[in-house]
Amino acid sequence: MESFVWYIPILPLTGAIINGLFGRVLKDKAGWIASLSVLGAFGLSIQAFLLVREGITFDGNLFDWIVAGNFHTSFGVLVDELSVIMMLIVTGVGFLIHVYSNGYMHGDPGIARYFAYLNLFIFSMLLLVMGNNLLLLYLGWEGVGLCSYLLIGFWYQKPSAAKAGLKAFITNRVGDFGFAIGIFIIFKAIGTIYYSQIFQQTEELLAAGVLTAATLLLFVGATGKSAQFPLHVWLPDAMEGPTPVSALIHAATMVTAGVYMVARFSPLYSLSEVAMAVVVIIGTFTALFAATMALVNNDIKRVLAYSTISQLGYMFIGVGVGAYAAGIFHLMTHAFFKALLFLGAGSVMHALAEETNIQKMGGLYSRIKITAVTFIVAWLAISGIPPFSGFFSKDEILAKAYAYHPLIWVLGTLGALLTAFYMSRLVFLTFFGKSRVEPEREHHIHESPPVMTVPLIILAVLAAVGGFVGVPEVLGGHNHFGKFLEPVFAQAEANLHLAHVSHTVEYGLMAASVLMGLLGIGLAYLMYIKASISPVTLADRFRKVYRLLSNKYYVDEIYQKLVIDPIVSFSRWLWHAVDEGIVDGIVNLSGRLMLLFGLILRRVQTGYVQNYAALFVLGTLILLAYYLLS
Amino acid sequence: MPIAIGTTDLISILPIAIVSLFGVYLLLQSVFAPRMNRILIPYLGILGVGLAVVGNFFLIGMEGTAFEGMVRVDRLTVVLNFLFLITAALSLLITISYHEGEHVEFLEFTPLVLFSTAGMMVMGSAESLMTIFLGLETMSIALYVMAGFRRTNRHSLEAALKYFLLGAFATGFLLYGMALTYGMVGSTNLTQIAQYFTQNALDVPLVALMGLALIIIGFGFKVALVPFHMWTPDVYQGSPLPVTAYMAVGAKAAGFAAILRVISLSAFSIAFQWSEILWVLAVLTMTVGNVVALVQDNIKRMLAYSSIAHAGYILVGVVASNDQTVPSVVFYLIVYLFMNLGAFAVATMVAGQNERRVNIQYYRGLGYTQPLLALAMAVFMFSLAGFPPTAGFIGKFYIFSAALQSGYVWLVILGVINSLISVYYYLNVVVAMYMQQPVDEKKIAPVLPGVGVVILVAVLGIVYLGIFPGTMLSVLR
Amino acid sequence: MLLQYIPILVLSVIALGFAAAVLILTHVISPKVKDPVKLTVYESGLPPQMEARLRYPIRFFVVAMMFILFDVEVIFIYPWAVVYQQFLAYGSFIFWEMLLFIAVLFAGYLYLYKRGAFKWE
Repeated sequence: MESFVWYIPILPLTGAIINGLFGRVLKDKAGWIASLSVLGAFGLSIQAFLLVREGITFDGNLFDWIVAGNFHTSFGVLVDELSVIMMLIVTGVGFLIHVYSNGYMHGDPGIARYFAYLNLFIFSMLLLVMGNNLLLLYLGWEGVGLCSYLLIGFWYQKPSAAKAGLKAFITNRVGDFGFAIGIFIIFKAIGTIYYSQIFQQTEELLAAGVLTAATLLLFVGATGKSAQFPLHVWLPDAMEGPTPVSALIHAATMVTAGVYMVARFSPLYSLSEVAMAVVVIIGTFTALFAATMALVNNDIKRVLAYSTISQLGYMFIGVGVGAYAAGIFHLMTHAFFKALLFLGAGSVMHALAEETNIQKMGGLYSRIKITAVTFIVAWLAISGIPPFSGFFSKDEILAKAYAYHPLIWVLGTLGALLTAFYMSRLVFLTFFGKSRVEPEREHHIHESPPVMTVPLIILAVLAAVGGFVGVPEVLGGHNHFGKFLEPVFAQAEANLHLAHVSHTVEYGLMAASVLMGLLGIGLAYLMYIKASISPVTLADRFRKVYRLLSNKYYVDEIYQKLVIDPIVSFSRWLWHAVDEGIVDGIVNLSGRLMLLFGLILRRVQTGYVQNYAALFVLGTLILLAYYLLS
Repeated sequence: MPIAIGTTDLISILPIAIVSLFGVYLLLQSVFAPRMNRILIPYLGILGVGLAVVGNFFLIGMEGTAFEGMVRVDRLTVVLNFLFLITAALSLLITISYHEGEHVEFLEFTPLVLFSTAGMMVMGSAESLMTIFLGLETMSIALYVMAGFRRTNRHSLEAALKYFLLGAFATGFLLYGMALTYGMVGSTNLTQIAQYFTQNALDVPLVALMGLALIIIGFGFKVALVPFHMWTPDVYQGSPLPVTAYMAVGAKAAGFAAILRVISLSAFSIAFQWSEILWVLAVLTMTVGNVVALVQDNIKRMLAYSSIAHAGYILVGVVASNDQTVPSVVFYLIVYLFMNLGAFAVATMVAGQNERRVNIQYYRGLGYTQPLLALAMAVFMFSLAGFPPTAGFIGKFYIFSAALQSGYVWLVILGVINSLISVYYYLNVVVAMYMQQPVDEKKIAPVLPGVGVVILVAVLGIVYLGIFPGTMLSVLR
Repeated sequence: MLLQYIPILVLSVIALGFAAAVLILTHVISPKVKDPVKLTVYESGLPPQMEARLRYPIRFFVVAMMFILFDVEVIFIYPWAVVYQQFLAYGSFIFWEMLLFIAVLFAGYLYLYKRGAFKWE
């Protein structure tokens, strides 16, 4: 494996460099170079997957990276069951989205720049999942953050896009700050940054009493990157970026980095009940909280963004209750159907000349059939209707959550109801009913070109059948997915004592959640197709709730008042009083002083050789005097 | 007393021999070859250097002395040989582009570079004070001539004369120091000198210390330590740009090679006797170099003072005198090679015919008229100032961490303060390039291939060593 | 041990100080009258006829330099000749060594010749 595994991250990097340097010449060809580089990485990942399946994992260093005294770090990768799954998702879904982008971004003047960023993102994401040490993880972590910032603000001429990019970046900095401190704590406590050594020394971490603190701080980073409460605010705004970017970065891959991180550090998390509880609580809260906000939003992409936040919450429930394989399983199925939803949304917007308001859509089913059908597959998958993929992964999480605490199951199932409802609302308002499309856009409606629809179809197939790799035993399956990942989580599961749920209970849970899904769909059907319940009167009756939801619980406003305004005014004070008054004063003074010294010292440089020689002799005399007199 | 010269002896000086032979051959070519073919001489010189690089590969893995304890071949030798050869090759590339705009014929220039490089390599592989002196003089005499190569230019002549006079003066001190050391030790062999110092570490005779001090002064002159630096600005300014570049990198590296061999390695056991002196010299050198550089508006003079300051930084690594000294100093020399040659290459392009445009004001607006050239210059300036992720940062980092390891906290603090001061004048160039309007409409000639290659190699070197220093460091360790 | 030299140090300081003081004093208190006659070079009472510095043609220097160069190099042959017999017993290396030396010297000579250093125009 050593022979080729290095090329997996290097291929997209090469693509990024080529597109970055020669973008102006390549123009539209940039997209194909980028796609091919990711396809190559995908092929090699499959190769790696086949080897891993035979039990051959790889943990090795390519070269020394930083050597300073005792500190020593290498550029090394770890390819095991967990990272190979992530590699497949990143490169596989990534490749489809690259192909789709060729159609979506066609004719954009910055297309080469776009693909350079996208390739750079794939490279960083691969570093994140493949690194065998904390530093490489952090590098990838920051790298994907940077690419996300660049791509959200890709249309930097739009002020809202530039602002959204900045917001994403700053919110992530808050999380990354905690993340970095978590890494420092681990390094300080046991003096190593390699996963393999950290996991052998969990006892030392526990003995040093820093394990809970470290895991919680790492989780702060995860809340930023994976948009969990209270750092979720950036993700809806991130929808300002091109839609394929939302699909790749803000649905399928980057935002799941936090889940990956918790799963990767399962040997640490499993040792701290507090940390696990925090992960579960934050995950559950976010899952519900974000779902309620999706109920009332009218922007097709923002609804999907809230849905992503909510689904990420489910994944955190999974990895929090110790169902690591289930969490990763949901990560994978979610990558399929959520990428599909976003790409479908992109296709809808493409058809409607960038319209995003679902109140101005409707009746599109017959006009753009491929998009509609694939979108519906994804809708069924996310709503948890068997046998679509989302059903298996979500139910596995919920079953384990029930074993952890029944309340979590209740809340999670409630979330499933909300999910089914808002997704159905989205589908009904977009594809069914009467057309509310503005007349001037009406004639423009057309199906997207094959370069966009083919990825949709492939993802639809995956979203439909992807769940069969992890059919639970209770349904007569073998849960291949969970078995495959078992070696990675063996250490964590040894630390936990997971309660088992009897098959009867599991059947009951499953039936309940499917029922909830159907209930949500039915409710939406009544409201938006049958119109037996008027959404408007409902909103009117619960005006206060509606206002609260559509204003996103005023979280942005609270942050503005509580955090941003004080910081800004404090900064202003710092700027005027401290910086201009004191710091600038000192800097200017010392600067002037230095220049003055310079001018004086320059006088010594007379240009006469005899003076130079004299100074030389003077120096010599002083030097010799030092020895003579000491 | 038989003297047997075997194959090992000959291999150990293979690169030196190749370069010297090419020097003699090209010297004759410069007068015998038909006038048409003479333009090929620099290219042949590069070929010679290339062959010497190949020859140097035969030295890898060798460990020991040759020529009856006159020459030492070890890992340091090999790395230094590569360093000098690359310097020579890049300087020759700059020369090719340079003399197209000059009226003076640069015929003997190539052989002189080769002779001088041979001298540097002799210094780097010296096992005896005699060998060091031989190499030093071979290098210096060629440099004196090269400094005065634009013989129609008053400044160039002044530079040559000053360099020669003061160089001869300093050589006197060096030779006196070597004589005193020989008088006490009874040998010029560095291994025996090291043994002598180890045996007498507790009570070193004053005469031996005097000898050492005078040797430090002699080398200090070559690497431009304050207060033996006075020649540097005038000579750097007056010499033709490729010579300045070659001198600033090659001669400095050779000087430090000698310092490493004689002071750091041979006099290691009495480090407490000289580290204080070098401490003071390092602080003086850094401070004077940086502070005076602040007020320079001629790019050559600015780089001259900057090179003085960098000698100070490197000396910090020598003061540390622990097992990190040699790797960190050599690493810095390699980094310094790329950033300084790169900066001089850009300066050569901007200066144009007869070096008319050497003032910093001519860099104004370069970011718009010559974006790539300006970008490269910005990389060099950031690296010289020591910003991450350039190699300049890593170099300083290792030097300073070596000093910290030996407990020289204040020295490191002063070094960092000096780095901060230096940011001002390096960024001055960047500010001029990107934030000011061009002073004249005159277009800078398009970058010539020779200089282009140098700039490209330098940028790649800086970026590579800045991001992946590990490989190089594990070689040096 | 250096303490016993203190008297010498004191003596040198006094001597140097006295000399310096006298020089400075004469410079400070002596009357300064500047007139052209006083400023002219003293030539035993005769008026000076031309510049004291004569300019020689640069060729003299070149020839002198070349003479010194070759002279110094050739001196190396003396010690070589002294040990020649003795070292010949160990092989012919000593012979080829000097041949190489002379060859390099000759290359230099050829260069000078072609460059026109021996022409006297």
